[in-house]
Amino acid sequence: MDKEHSLPTHSVSVSHRADHSNGKDSAADGDARATEVQIRQVSLFYGSKQALFDIDMDIGRREVTAFIGPSGCGKSTLLRCLNRLNDLVDGVRVTGSIRLNEQELLDPTLDVTELRKQVGMVFQKPNPFPKTIYENVAYGPRILGMKQKARLDEIVEQSLRNAALWEEVKDRLHDNALALSGGQHQRLCIARTIAVEPKVVLMDEPCSALDPIATTKIEELIHELKQQYTIVIVTHNMQQAARVSDHTAFMYLGRLIEFGKTDKLFTTPEKQETEDYITGRFG
Amino acid sequence: MSTFFNKFWKSGDPFVWMTGGALAFSLIMIIALIVIVGANALGFFWPDRLVQAKLKDGSEILGQVIEHQEIPTPGAKTEIVKHRTEFQVANRDLYGADFRWINDEDIVARSFPAEALFFERWEWGHLFGFLTTVTQDEKVIAEGFAQAWEKFQEIHPRTQETLDRIHGIERKEIGDINYDLEQTRLAIKRIQTQERDPAQVAKQVAALEQDIAALQRRYEEKTKELKALYDENARYRMTVQAAGGAKKELPVAAVVRAFLPNQLSWWERFKLYVTRVIEFVWDEPRESNTEGGVFPAIFGTVMMVLIMSIMVVPFGVIAALYLREYAKQGPLVRAVRIAVNNLAGVPSIVFGVFGLGFFIYLLGGSIDRLFYAEALPAPTYGTGGILWASLTLALLTVPVVIVATEESLSSIPREWREGSLALGATKWETIRKIVLPGALPGILTGMILAMARGAGEVAPLMITGVVKLAPTLPLDAHAPFFHLERKFMHLGFHIYDVGFQSPNVEAAKPMVFMTTLLLIGIILLLNLTAIVVRNRLRSRLRFGTF
Repeated sequence: MDKEHSLPTHSVSVSHRADHSNGKDSAADGDARATEVQIRQVSLFYGSKQALFDIDMDIGRREVTAFIGPSGCGKSTLLRCLNRLNDLVDGVRVTGSIRLNEQELLDPTLDVTELRKQVGMVFQKPNPFPKTIYENVAYGPRILGMKQKARLDEIVEQSLRNAALWEEVKDRLHDNALALSGGQHQRLCIARTIAVEPKVVLMDEPCSALDPIATTKIEELIHELKQQYTIVIVTHNMQQAARVSDHTAFMYLGRLIEFGKTDKLFTTPEKQETEDYITGRFG
Repeated sequence: MSTFFNKFWKSGDPFVWMTGGALAFSLIMIIALIVIVGANALGFFWPDRLVQAKLKDGSEILGQVIEHQEIPTPGAKTEIVKHRTEFQVANRDLYGADFRWINDEDIVARSFPAEALFFERWEWGHLFGFLTTVTQDEKVIAEGFAQAWEKFQEIHPRTQETLDRIHGIERKEIGDINYDLEQTRLAIKRIQTQERDPAQVAKQVAALEQDIAALQRRYEEKTKELKALYDENARYRMTVQAAGGAKKELPVAAVVRAFLPNQLSWWERFKLYVTRVIEFVWDEPRESNTEGGVFPAIFGTVMMVLIMSIMVVPFGVIAALYLREYAKQGPLVRAVRIAVNNLAGVPSIVFGVFGLGFFIYLLGGSIDRLFYAEALPAPTYGTGGILWASLTLALLTVPVVIVATEESLSSIPREWREGSLALGATKWETIRKIVLPGALPGILTGMILAMARGAGEVAPLMITGVVKLAPTLPLDAHAPFFHLERKFMHLGFHIYDVGFQSPNVEAAKPMVFMTTLLLIGIILLLNLTAIVVRNRLRSRLRFGTF
């Protein structure tokens, strides 16, 4: 699973990850599943209003985990806890514990920019920067201090290949990214995210603004990407969750109702609410 | 009928007509403004024919027709309406006044004498008349129109070349010597006040005094050279007979330009017109600003606006960045924002008074005491100057930049910021690489508005550094090249000065319009440049490379 390229600044964490996975994988071989992110007793408050209630969840390494649930159930909020993007909102308070491997993410002294390099994010609305395609992908590595042109070229090409966009844009890398189509935008955003070699990629309804063909492409891409990355995806689309994810979490009104293997959750849900939701009786 | 009206009212058409009408009205006002200013201004330089008129009382006048109007006679029948004509008769030194109103019924005959000459003079305004003799060394060398005019055309260019050299020596060479003299004197004063060791003082002062003596010698040489040139020009004189028989004897060199207005072809008229316009834009003013050009005022205006923009844009942008990006949004920030907006509504003269008290007396005074003590009590920075005027205007326009920048910062989509932050960029990196480039067109809009406001202000400048006539430009060949302490001329103030403070208001009227036209043109040009830059950036931001 050695990647073809990795940033020098990341070599330490990569090797750390390798050691770690060797140790734990064998120990927890029972369900052949290693935990990347461990969420314990997480509650979130907007001022005095509680939005998440005691969430417990283990997100497996190099798996796709889907969060489903009706609008306003807190799935995006939970997702944004994983890279502390909720910090941007005034008056948000989070309690509990989220661990990325051994690192406590809710620690107020944590360097969030360092964290966000390990946990990338793809947004609901494709948000390429008003720069060239090349500059968009090189943005993250440049932030990390990468200056060598040859190395940057290599990273940009590899990231675009991994995001299945290279063939479409290789001749116009220096055109403005905003001239691409919506689906290409989203794949560009994925390329931009994986250019910094995160461990976890968060996707917040990445296909909700796309047409069915672009959606299919992104879903295929997710399949490819899970070879290398842990992916957490929020989706409204239950078919999509069923197609792409290994594990699924069903949330409702800020609570985690049910979490389990996707095929099991969709065929034999344990909870009544889950069954009602996936059969379309509400939501 | 009423149902029709109701329907019409409901359909919204009346509002479309109203809004369209308001827009059309505004457009008409703007066009009318430009047309009126332009028509009044541009006619001024057109070389019109000279009319010789015989009057009933037997006297004669020679002049240009300026205006022709009806004499208001209440109750009179239309068939017997009387008219009067305003002539510019010039020859101020002979007649006392440049302009005369004459009733049309008093004019017996009009003619356009081919030999009538139009002299533009360095001093005393125009001279209209007939050339009779040209003398050299007090001997008549040409008599009668044909001979004298030929001689004049031969001699006149030479005298103007000599005059050019005289001006060059006076302004450039003697100016340089005076500048060096002043600097050396200040250096002596500085040594005398700062150096402790009396032996050192004596030694250094002696060295500098030798420099002064050398400069004095050079000054005297130049004066001699000047005198020779003046003497050369004084050799040629001529006599001009004005209408009515009065004679004027004057040096040939006193004339800037002479032509026969009644013999010019259209093409010659046009060429003369263009020459006069160019002269107006590029020359220095003469005759207490009522003649010659306005170049120093153009230069002062543009330089002041540029200095102001350089000061106001970074300051306003930084302030707006803090207000919008860093400050915790609350009652305090809201109060600051309201205060900033209200600052834009403070009368500009108030800013002028503030500039006088704070910049000139406090800051300038302190700078003088600290760095220019040797020149005191003559102030260097402790008096009005282009720097203080620009700073005062920067203060006046900073709210405009802050408001525009804040607006454009808040228009940067949240997704871009989140996208950048999610990649591990810090807030500052996000602002520098994503937010500021995206907000640049808006910031430039702020700058354009600030420039438009700043270039049009006159009141605060009058007490912070604008003068009627500045002997030197704030930018010249003497190190350090930018002399920001110098007073300067400004087109806006020039309009006020020429129009209302000039000794010859009637003659200055067209100058007022011409200067106004020029001011409008310059503001338009500055704004167009900024707009072109902004649109380039904007299109790059959208489609090109950034």
